[in-house]
Amino acid sequence: MSIDKFQTITSTAVPLPIENVDTDQIIPARFLKATTREGFGENLFRDWRFDKSNNIKPDFVLNKDSYSGSILVAGKNFGSGSSREHAAWAIHDYGFKVVVSSFFADIFKGNALNNGLLPVQVSEGFLASLLAAIEADHSTGITVDLESQVITLSSTGASESFDINPYKKECLLNGYDDIDFLLSLKGKIAQFESART
Amino acid sequence: MAGKTLFDKIWDTHVVEEIKEGPSVLYIDKHLVHEVTSPQAFAGIDSRGIRVFRPKNTVATPDHNVPTIDQHLPIKDELSRFQVNKLTENCEKHGITLYGLNHPFQGIVHVIGPELGITQPGMTMVCGDSHTSTHGAFGSVAFGIGTSEVEMVLATQCVLQPKPRRMRITVDGELSEGVTAKDLILYIIAKISTSGGTGYFIEYAGSAIRSLSMEGRMTVCNMSIESGARGGLIAPDECTFEYLKGREFAPAGEDFNKAVEKWKDLHSDEDAVFDKELFYDAADIEPMITYGTNPGMGAKIKGNIPKLDEIDQSARESYQKSLSYMGFEAGSAIEGTPIDYVFVGSCTNGRIEDLREVANFVKGKKKADGVTAWIVPGSRQVENQAIEEGITQTLEAAGFKLRQPGCSACLAMNDDKIPEGKLAVATSNRNFEGRQGPGSRTMLASPIAAAAAAVTGVVTDPRSLL
Repeated sequence: MSIDKFQTITSTAVPLPIENVDTDQIIPARFLKATTREGFGENLFRDWRFDKSNNIKPDFVLNKDSYSGSILVAGKNFGSGSSREHAAWAIHDYGFKVVVSSFFADIFKGNALNNGLLPVQVSEGFLASLLAAIEADHSTGITVDLESQVITLSSTGASESFDINPYKKECLLNGYDDIDFLLSLKGKIAQFESART
Repeated sequence: MAGKTLFDKIWDTHVVEEIKEGPSVLYIDKHLVHEVTSPQAFAGIDSRGIRVFRPKNTVATPDHNVPTIDQHLPIKDELSRFQVNKLTENCEKHGITLYGLNHPFQGIVHVIGPELGITQPGMTMVCGDSHTSTHGAFGSVAFGIGTSEVEMVLATQCVLQPKPRRMRITVDGELSEGVTAKDLILYIIAKISTSGGTGYFIEYAGSAIRSLSMEGRMTVCNMSIESGARGGLIAPDECTFEYLKGREFAPAGEDFNKAVEKWKDLHSDEDAVFDKELFYDAADIEPMITYGTNPGMGAKIKGNIPKLDEIDQSARESYQKSLSYMGFEAGSAIEGTPIDYVFVGSCTNGRIEDLREVANFVKGKKKADGVTAWIVPGSRQVENQAIEEGITQTLEAAGFKLRQPGCSACLAMNDDKIPEGKLAVATSNRNFEGRQGPGSRTMLASPIAAAAAAVTGVVTDPRSLL
């Protein structure tokens, strides 16, 4: 099986300047009852987007028409807490391809990478400049080039390079599937097992 | 050459292959499965037309989504019932042992692993749940994974995983009376924040850790993830071996003695080098509670909520958002805050020792009027043991409501929800916004601090009632 290849993205962005956004906020537990991977975008940030009567909370950024795009720019320590991969599914299903933050929780980062959602970790200074630029001009574009590992703010040309595990980068660029790779090692795994006993 | 850490010893002997500049292919000894994070993984292997590679290394139980009353009846909520039934179907199809509802071994996956002796020193263990770190209390490398990784393990018994760095947290000295393992870990997380452990696997060491019971060690390792760490572990010792002896799936007879001989080698070498080391004095730790919306926002019950000027400039907006959600004022005292609910349970503090402590504490006392107090045993075995020991009676006499085993109000996937705006003191692990139900407010504390709050109706230092 293969996953979508990750292409260079240029897009406007949605700012979420809140620290420690946990996966319970990204997708509350009561929406984890589905048995397929689809449709979680509908409940992304459910309790920040809607009140208890399901009315839209107009102040929340996803409800502001002036913000759109496939890049989410969030505060430090994004994705902490529960290991629920549904959080990565929800963000991706909503239409985001990239999440930018100055720090990611480990499990979220792995889950995102396993679903073609690119976590881009930047310095706190660069994050602050991105957030300021987006908030000043909602049409500000950001380019994320995975091949060269550079994120660029279109308006000023300011850029920063970001890290990614070379193996994961190859997988994303080529749409390789981890499980196909692991299955190709089955013989070796069986050997490992018999050598231990 | 420098010696090796315990973490390295276990990890390195489970690496099937190293990918150049990539993750390790790590062999997994035990894969624990529950209903919420597995259906998509089973669907994945079905669509590939493959079978579960090592069903014998896999154990499943429904816990997150199950009701905690009338478990003998079909689950009322349609989606929950479908998800729990899906787990049964998937396990039957792939020959995986399942402890379903009403099975005497059913319970929270991280409670049943240890109590059945499935969890053993030196193992690698994973589960699609971040609190898999609990099992590290036995000197195993145990960590939570996402559903794509669950699929990897079902398909190949291996997971692709970058190796975390090593941290050691040493806590020396003696915890004073009324200070528990929960206070110890809340203290550590308050010190290092919810991201201080990110990228690391933590080994807990020192005399204060050594003197903890296995249940206490599990509480500490369980909350490693709340510091951002992938897992935590404690070198096994006599306390570990004693706990495991005679458990259902632990080695028996001569095999047990042989296993113990091997387990005794599981410790960090004296000259092992850690990427980061932290040291704390147990005497500095007092009963703790959280006041905010992440587990790092904790303080002494006797203390105050930090003032705004004590918080980094860049974090103030998030800090104020958090306090405003909780309805608390920066700088105010914590003790005496009126509460509505008490929840004793979860993989953090839903074990028999926790129920015993609460029962001892409330014996002869009554819960305050207006407080709803729920006790949710971590497993069917804990429930039965509580009945046998008379704990159930004591708790009921004090006005606590006993429910049946499950994750329950820790994450409120079932009907056990704290109503909007209500304030709960909970023995669980997360105080995120709405974690215990939309609009619910949570303060995390130890079982005896929860019991003290139940009795007085306000946040209370349990030492004042000992």
